[in-house]
Amino acid sequence: MTVQRVVAGRHDLIPIRYIDKIKGIRGIGLIKGRLWGYYFDPIAGANYTLIVPDDFQYGQGDIAIGKGISRSRLAYEGDIMLFMAYDGALVNFKIRNVLSSESELVSSDLILISEKDFRRLFGISKEYATDLTVKVRNQREVNTITRKITEIYPDTRVITKNEILRTYDTVFNWRGGIVIVIMSGAVMAFIVFAWDKASGLSAEEKGEIGILKAIGWETSDVILMKFWEGAVVSVTSFIAGIILAYFHVFFASSSLFEPVLKGWSVLYPEFKLTPFIDPYQVSTLFFLTVVPYTVATIIPSWRAAIIDPDTGMRIS
Amino acid sequence: MIELKRITKVFNMGKPNEFAAINGVSLFIESNKVTVFKGPSGSGKTTLLSIIGCMTRPTSGRIMLADREVTSLPERFLTGIRRKTFGFIFQQFNLIKGITALENVMLPAYPMGETYYPLKKRALETLDMFNISNKALSKVEWLSGGETQRIAIARALINNPSVIIADEPTAHLDTKLSHEFMDIIGRLKGEGKTILIASHDPIVYESKVIDRVANIRDGIIEE
Repeated sequence: MTVQRVVAGRHDLIPIRYIDKIKGIRGIGLIKGRLWGYYFDPIAGANYTLIVPDDFQYGQGDIAIGKGISRSRLAYEGDIMLFMAYDGALVNFKIRNVLSSESELVSSDLILISEKDFRRLFGISKEYATDLTVKVRNQREVNTITRKITEIYPDTRVITKNEILRTYDTVFNWRGGIVIVIMSGAVMAFIVFAWDKASGLSAEEKGEIGILKAIGWETSDVILMKFWEGAVVSVTSFIAGIILAYFHVFFASSSLFEPVLKGWSVLYPEFKLTPFIDPYQVSTLFFLTVVPYTVATIIPSWRAAIIDPDTGMRIS
Repeated sequence: MIELKRITKVFNMGKPNEFAAINGVSLFIESNKVTVFKGPSGSGKTTLLSIIGCMTRPTSGRIMLADREVTSLPERFLTGIRRKTFGFIFQQFNLIKGITALENVMLPAYPMGETYYPLKKRALETLDMFNISNKALSKVEWLSGGETQRIAIARALINNPSVIIADEPTAHLDTKLSHEFMDIIGRLKGEGKTILIASHDPIVYESKVIDRVANIRDGIIEE
């Protein structure tokens, strides 16, 4: 869980000394102060996320930056990056590493920095941290420990891991929602199309069936032909759709949905998806599209094919 | 040989708009002859041809086709007879648009299960009989009236039927094409086909290839 200090309803820096009392609560494992924050870069017009990792492997004056920052600032390993500290002084940092593109989805706008540099940049004294992280050994004690912490320090709020997950869910759910809206449109279009097919044939199609009956086709011949016609149309469309989707996702990096699906920061991550086809999904899609469409084409054909063959004689 | 025995056909039976299109027609049609059913619109010509061609069943009466009684046969058998015995030429020719002339000619043979290439060869030969094989791969909507007519005749002949049934075949043709049509009918007669034509066009019923003209009015044959 995360413990944050709240002043006037806003998240504020938390005194490190809070750790001592909280540590005394039974059931608490590891507890430590965490340093993180945001830095607005007027050059890139983007907010960077700065984090002090526990195991920062470089020294003072060194940073590691995400791919997105590297791209937007044209800054690479070995370059110097200039930051303006809280007091207006300019501070130089040497880029020791550009974080691997494999983690870009979460690290595009990230800067890893040493504790000392972080405190210097933002003017945070050693007595404070951004927040505290608390490990609780027993999941069932989370609520009790939360209550105890807020009893000891009424100016804190405790955010449990589940609550964070729930927040992420909410943040990403609206993206899922947009995709659902687009997909609903596509599904509705498909239903209207299939319904149009199932609700009847055009006069021209009926005429054609009448002619076929008149020249010696049986009802079963007509239905078989219409079945193959529907099957060829729907299977071809299905395969074309799968191929287009494959190219769109794995070669064009899902360019149509990219702004919605990838991250929420200003610096959009750039990454290639690893091609993967789930046979279960493909077969589900197949049975939800090809089969209903094919059946939808057969029913009206059957209804038209049971007409008397002499109708063909009377088509004008 | 086709024999009709006291054939009647009543539409909308039992309803206020009930009407009899054919009223007790008995007729003997000889093989290898050209018979024309002549009469005004609504006289029952098309209905009579439909009944003879096993497309629709009479309300009463019997049809003998080469000494075989076909009226009581189930639909499946009637379809079989229709495929093998009759070739149809419709008033508007009724070719299927969007496909080629060759495919239209091959259509009646598809349900017979014949393999594709021999069938295609036969269809091309049939088109060649009417000097129209050069149009085999043209879509039918691009063809002229005369070409459409010959494609329709080729389609009627693809299964090598013994009887050709033509319903008002010259209704949409000019005089030249109508004479051309009758020439083709003469050729088919020469090949041993039995031909039944419904028409009220003088070019048809006054043609010298005609063996017999049966006047039909109000569903009754007046010879």
